[in-house]
Amino acid sequence: MDYFLELFFSGLTRGSIYALIALGYTMVYGIIQLINFAHGEIYMIGAFVALIVSGVCTIYGLSGFAILILAAAIAAVYAAAYGFTLERVAYRPLRGSPRLSALISAIGMSIFLQNYVLLAQTPDFLPFPRLIPDLAFIEPVAHIIGTPELVILITTLITMVVLTFLIKKTRVGKAMRATQQDLSMARLVGINVDNVISLTFIIGSVMAAIGGVLVASYIGQVSFYIGFLAGIKAFTAAVLGGIGSIPGAVLGGLIIGWSESFAAGYISSDYEDVITFVLLVVILIFRPAGILGKVHKQKV
Amino acid sequence: MKIILRDFKKSLLISLWFMFLTFPLVVVRVNTIENVVVWRWSNLIWVAAGSFFLSYLWRYMLARRNRRRKIAEEGVETRGRLQMLLENEQLRNRVLAILLALALVFPLVFDTYQTNIMVTALIFVVLGLGLNIGVGLAGLLDLGYVAFFGLGAYCYAILNHNFDLGFWFVLPIGGMIGCLFGVILGFPILRLRGDYLAIVTLGFGMLFRVIMENWETLSSGPSGIANIDRPGLFGLEMTLAQSTTYIYYIMVALVVLTIIVTNRLKNSRIGRAWIALREDEVACVAMGIDMGRTKLSAYALGAFWAGMVGVIFAAKTTFINPASFTFMESAIILSIVVLGGMGSILGVILGAFILILLPEYLRAFAEYRMLIFGAAMVLMMIFRPQGLISGLRQVYTYKGHKTHVGVKEQPINE
Amino acid sequence: MNESGRKLLEVKGLTMDFGGLRAVDSVSLTVHEGEIAALIGPNGAGKTTFFNCVTGIYVPTKGDILLHPQGEQTRRLNGLKPNQVTEMGLARTFQNIRLFGGMTVLENVMIGRHCRTSSGIFRSILRGSRVREEEQQIVEDSYYWLNKVGLEKYVNEFARNLPYGAQRRLEIARAMATDPLLLLLDEPAAGMNPYETSALEVLIRRISEEEKIAILLIEHDMKLVMKISHPIYVMEYGKKIAQGSPQDVRNNPRVIEAYLGEEVEA
Ligand SMILES: Nc1ncnc2c1ncn2[C@@H]1O[C@H](COP(=O)(O)OP(=O)(O)OP(=O)(O)O)[C@@H](O)[C@H]1O
Ligand SMILES: [Mg+2]
Repeated sequence: MDYFLELFFSGLTRGSIYALIALGYTMVYGIIQLINFAHGEIYMIGAFVALIVSGVCTIYGLSGFAILILAAAIAAVYAAAYGFTLERVAYRPLRGSPRLSALISAIGMSIFLQNYVLLAQTPDFLPFPRLIPDLAFIEPVAHIIGTPELVILITTLITMVVLTFLIKKTRVGKAMRATQQDLSMARLVGINVDNVISLTFIIGSVMAAIGGVLVASYIGQVSFYIGFLAGIKAFTAAVLGGIGSIPGAVLGGLIIGWSESFAAGYISSDYEDVITFVLLVVILIFRPAGILGKVHKQKV
Repeated sequence: MKIILRDFKKSLLISLWFMFLTFPLVVVRVNTIENVVVWRWSNLIWVAAGSFFLSYLWRYMLARRNRRRKIAEEGVETRGRLQMLLENEQLRNRVLAILLALALVFPLVFDTYQTNIMVTALIFVVLGLGLNIGVGLAGLLDLGYVAFFGLGAYCYAILNHNFDLGFWFVLPIGGMIGCLFGVILGFPILRLRGDYLAIVTLGFGMLFRVIMENWETLSSGPSGIANIDRPGLFGLEMTLAQSTTYIYYIMVALVVLTIIVTNRLKNSRIGRAWIALREDEVACVAMGIDMGRTKLSAYALGAFWAGMVGVIFAAKTTFINPASFTFMESAIILSIVVLGGMGSILGVILGAFILILLPEYLRAFAEYRMLIFGAAMVLMMIFRPQGLISGLRQVYTYKGHKTHVGVKEQPINE
Repeated sequence: MNESGRKLLEVKGLTMDFGGLRAVDSVSLTVHEGEIAALIGPNGAGKTTFFNCVTGIYVPTKGDILLHPQGEQTRRLNGLKPNQVTEMGLARTFQNIRLFGGMTVLENVMIGRHCRTSSGIFRSILRGSRVREEEQQIVEDSYYWLNKVGLEKYVNEFARNLPYGAQRRLEIARAMATDPLLLLLDEPAAGMNPYETSALEVLIRRISEEEKIAILLIEHDMKLVMKISHPIYVMEYGKKIAQGSPQDVRNNPRVIEAYLGEEVEA
């Protein structure tokens, strides 16, 4: 039973991270119908910036949980800046071009950013400083859920509540939903669609960065390559839940987290990554709209 | 004057923005293992100057692109001079003949090392032409193309090791296996929209590697398969140099074959259906074209070439392991197609030579290879989506045969 | 009602739902051989959706679509894929022009010949005499249609560079190249100037007479509709509200109400 619970919580932890990244995919897709291939790279850059900030701090003698929060904040700012620039440089000039063009541009950007970090930093894995202290009260259940998992779960929960509030209750949220419904109509009623799109990239990137920092401090290492796999898995989560749907992204993330964790725990960890792809293919074949997605007929 | 000032201000701001953006990654380098921080301030100057200058270039290029688009919308001719020259069939054939002659004497003039590099370039020419069928002609973005290449390579390696089958016997089998898997994998996924297709094929590409790494009994896992036989010539003993030259000529022949086949297909009933599918799926099916079959044929045919050239690759290197078939290879092949010109045979050939030979001969460039490829993909899509050489327009001649009842018999002058 | 009077297309109780929206509500309609029928109605009435159901792009929620080709068995078109419907003999144009922009004008029409020709991959690679003959035949047939719609001077232009009116006519040529029994035109005169519209009128008449096929036409230009079509079907909010000769329809109070403010009397 304990083993089951352990797997359950580790799946939940992973899943909530996938969900955080998946939200970025889903929100961007909802508005401009583009798979932002470089989104995984934004996540990686977030993790890297956090590593650099906390690394510099620890080397100059500072340490502790506060450093992690500082690192996360700076990482979020940078991820937002990269996300914003990415859209301006690689996607905006291609609005109105065939979808294939935008998609190739996205893939190009993903390759570019990966190699940019590789060249500017290092091809190797770098250890991430341990900044999350072990909490005493969690000691009795530590074999099921540790402090880092708890921190991740709480952080993701807060992030998602904030996001929901932002989208449901604020003016910009309303503008985003309107744009998602019908971009040209939103423009007609006076919404600055360009700003909404930029904002969507910024929000998505911030969440990816939060995910990146959490994973980095949890797993304890960072490399230029981590964005690739995480990106694919998160994308799968978004599709599984129904691309364009925010609750769908969360649900999809959790399902993938659990299936990976249980597959690794009860079957074999060799094929852990395979599970995701099998899930992806199966969903796309049998229910391309995803679990919570609406079946959408293309207008002719 | 005002405009100059405004542009200057803009570029200055952009330059500042990129300094901010690149600061942590380009200036600071932390080594958390040895606990050292390196501050590379000089890089910041490069970023500042580079982004300042490039922002001007960017603005100029974007303005030029938009101007051209407007002209094209008014129906004015926008083909470049090179394009017009190439559309002259006689001239084109002459150029191709000269290129072929050069290709044939190449190993006689250059040494084994150079020939070997050329073989690699030719392998990528075939891969590019194969991927071009799917991506360039039919508009199916395949990010896992390398899996078919790997499939062909492993097919030869395994059959050669376990059953002692020879190169020439396995060569067509490799192509067929690629084709077969193209059909099996393509069947369920080709109904998907373009962007989903991209992700699923990406998944297939990675899946292939994961399986090859873990299925030890079949593939010897990550350590790979060594001592694969080189191609034989009636049991003749060959030195390494001779064997390289031999493989080179095999590759030249395969390239010629690929060019002929893809060119014929492109200008056939099937090829037109592929292109129509790329242009507009809905209109295409409404004109009576079976989407599933058309897509599948493009996808499987692309896989066929990859499988075949995979066999040659295994025979050339005599050693393969899963690390030769990563997403990076898929990305390089895609860059070849995008850079050269989607749908353009000449373009893809040119693209393969540029992308493979440049890093070989400009060592300084090699390190930045993938960075530049990535950037090139973005820039090509924005400024020159048709690639270096766009697909040549096919001109058909009207012979004035009587067709329908009541057809007017007047030749049309072009 | 018309020369032959034989039923060609028979649609019975066609219904199409999009989620909660019923875009087409049990519409029945018959097109006879050799006639030019029209489907009219205000914006959003469901006309295009009706076309999409008939041509297999959408699968209708309810209803029957029957095709009665001469001398052959009746065929039910529901649930067939668009390409199968086209093979059966229905060809269409699109309201928002959907040409293959990166292909030449001639190639666009050649695509129309696809379903009436047969060269496969292997034969195309070998390019034997049969394939070459077929290719040449495709070219000739396509030229025939370009001539007929008056686009011969544009043969080797890219379709996307054509003027608007020419693009609409190219769509007609492409559709006709599939050798249809019934041609479905979705607002062929939209965006045309009066001169182009009258040329279109002549073209539609010529196609109907020379090719002996039936035409079903969606059009907002009442002048054109009243002149060339008989019978006329009127839709509003997904329902068929009237049908009959131009006279009947023009004087029908329901139709006048539906078109309140628009020029029915033209
Ligand atoms: N794919 C779709 N999904 C959802 N609703 C749709 C879809 N296609 C059409 N509709 C809706 O069905 C209704 C009928 O649309 P349709 O395009 O058939 O009208 P129409 O008569 O052709 O109008 P118009 O004269 O403007 O072309 C409209 O309310 C439209 O919004
Ligand atoms: Mg309509």
